[in-house]
Amino acid sequence: MDTKDLLVWSIPFFPMLGAILLGVFGKYLKNYAGYIGSISIVISFLFSVALFITVASTHGFTAILYPWIYASTFKTNISTYIDRLSVIMLVMVTGVSALVHIYSIGYMKGDKGFARYFSYMNLFVFSMIMLVLANNFLLLYVFWEAVGFCSYILIGFWYEKKSASDAAKKAFIVNRVGDFGFGLGVMLIFVSTGTLNYTSVFGMMPSLPGYLVTIIALLLFAGAVGKSAQFPLHIWLPDAMEGPTPVSSLIHAATMVTAGVYLVARCHVIFSYSPFASHVVAYIGGFTAFLAAFIALTQYDIKRIIAYSTISQLGYMFMAVGIGSYAAGIFHLISHAVFKGLLFLTAGSVMHAMSGELDLRKMGKLYSKMKITAVTFIVGALALSGIPPFSGFFSKDAILADTFNKGYYILWIMGEVTAFMTAFYIFRIIFRVFFGESHVDPSVHVHESSKVMTIPMIILASLAAVVGFIGIPPFDHSLFYLFLHRDFQNSFVFSPFVNYYPWFLLSSISVLAGALGIYTAYLFYIKQAFDTEKIKRIFKPVYELSFNKVYIDEIYDQLIVTPLKNFSVYLWRVVDTFVIDGAVNGLAQGFASFSGRVRRVQNGMVMSYALTLMIGVIALLAYYFIK
Amino acid sequence: MDINAYLIVAGILFSIGGLGVLIRKNLIVVFMSLELMFNAANLGFVAVSGYLNLISGDIFVIFVMVVAAAEAAIALGIAIAFYREKGTINIDKANELKW
Repeated sequence: MDTKDLLVWSIPFFPMLGAILLGVFGKYLKNYAGYIGSISIVISFLFSVALFITVASTHGFTAILYPWIYASTFKTNISTYIDRLSVIMLVMVTGVSALVHIYSIGYMKGDKGFARYFSYMNLFVFSMIMLVLANNFLLLYVFWEAVGFCSYILIGFWYEKKSASDAAKKAFIVNRVGDFGFGLGVMLIFVSTGTLNYTSVFGMMPSLPGYLVTIIALLLFAGAVGKSAQFPLHIWLPDAMEGPTPVSSLIHAATMVTAGVYLVARCHVIFSYSPFASHVVAYIGGFTAFLAAFIALTQYDIKRIIAYSTISQLGYMFMAVGIGSYAAGIFHLISHAVFKGLLFLTAGSVMHAMSGELDLRKMGKLYSKMKITAVTFIVGALALSGIPPFSGFFSKDAILADTFNKGYYILWIMGEVTAFMTAFYIFRIIFRVFFGESHVDPSVHVHESSKVMTIPMIILASLAAVVGFIGIPPFDHSLFYLFLHRDFQNSFVFSPFVNYYPWFLLSSISVLAGALGIYTAYLFYIKQAFDTEKIKRIFKPVYELSFNKVYIDEIYDQLIVTPLKNFSVYLWRVVDTFVIDGAVNGLAQGFASFSGRVRRVQNGMVMSYALTLMIGVIALLAYYFIK
Repeated sequence: MDINAYLIVAGILFSIGGLGVLIRKNLIVVFMSLELMFNAANLGFVAVSGYLNLISGDIFVIFVMVVAAAEAAIALGIAIAFYREKGTINIDKANELKW
């Protein structure tokens, strides 16, 4: 193993070590658990940066740790695929993780599961690192499930709360639907190509029949839809907010949910050879972006609004990778990870200050009491709304400009409308939480969070303000694009540019949409130019639709959950009780009554036994002689 | 040498013994009937052995006698134990080995 390999394997090693240490010795470590958990991630982050510099200055490589499964033609290694895409993801994952871990020291202080929390979080970071690094579909699948499992245990972290354990189960089961498709996709890849190694699979894609590539791509995308909470499997993410807020920040905003986008970008060869599958990706992404933003407009729970916002922004990313603008999608992934992680951390800070209160209606005028939180939140919100020069502006516009210039006008319009709604709902939070009049319960002592929480927020806010400049427009001449696009060169260009409108023209439209959204929110909640109740009444059906999350949960309940439940009850009450139990018990009863009769033969009389024996001998002899 | 006479006698003895085992109630008599069956078999052995000019049949008879002697000791022991348990040696009382 040379130095490069050692460098690669140190990155997942430290979080794994941390998870084991904290899991086994957690209760003896007390408050040191937080430091150990954070340090292991910081070390991992430093190694990631070193790897990033190595790869940026030279080229990617494959590092094999050891042969995993060698069974005749089926060969799989525990091995990693290091290229520019994976190192960018690696730096983002470990960087955001490190900040969230440090923040968690403050946020989770005094929780009785303190060490357990850090153990789970380290386990998650380990799994996520391995997911990003894997160089074959089997390893990817293993860690795909592992991050899902970590998400499950962290959503249900406060498992004594029923809503939390329900949300965890919901997340797990909904993910299972997508992962089933993903598993089938991996199997289909193996059946049709005979290998699971990325490079070999991608190399064979052009020679496979088109329909097969489409099926593979759609099955893989099913996994991505589940993990990245896209319509129709988005329902688990808002409920996942039952977990601790740093978990929402790390897993359900910055890293795990972006795994789906990463998957599509990683498998860009497969997707680019199937324009149909790519269009499915793009339109599902666009529709989800619109739908989630629409639902977010009327919710009252801060974390839920931000969760819907995450779904919506993930929709943008899928839109980008679905139209073949992979670099733009990854750029938005990175900048979104920063500003959405930030928004969740600040929301956590608000929640912390308000003793767990998340309802918008019970807040207001917090600006003067928690300035750092408010300012960092506003930075995150501006980035989310796509206001220059914050990062969201550059990344979102890179996507929207590409959708327009590649001729996907419907997606572009959806994207612009979503941008308007995004700015509205996020500033609705700001105006109702930090400004306006106070509806805070007077018994709550509102206070700014401790330094260990605010410093990660400040770091993320500064990043959210500047990280966009690596993608300064025009995007295809920017630093980020030039760095990354080499990885996507072997994809098939299925949607060439049809328009060449300059970026500033398109950007100004989306900035206008964002600014309009902010202004509308301002009119509504600061100036109170309109009577909100009256508007609610006028647009009642629309309002109800949004407020009730388009009734998707109810529809699933009616369409899937209730029939399944009834069917299960039928299986239990009828099939299990009568058919299965009946068969087993009936068989036993039959034998019992038959035995009851047969046992009369054994009457205990010695003579009768002797007689039986003799008859038997005579019969045997007779048989022998006759034969 | 006419072997048939010997074998017929042996067959008759064996049948008497078997019948005795099956129909007599007295444990000692049953046991004696059993011995009769042994001796019928022994008679068959020596008859055939003499007829074929072989020594092995005679040797077998010695074996059978040894085993029968040992078996007699056990059987009489059982009879005594049975008598102590039941106060009789009527074999119809030995009827507990059942369901």
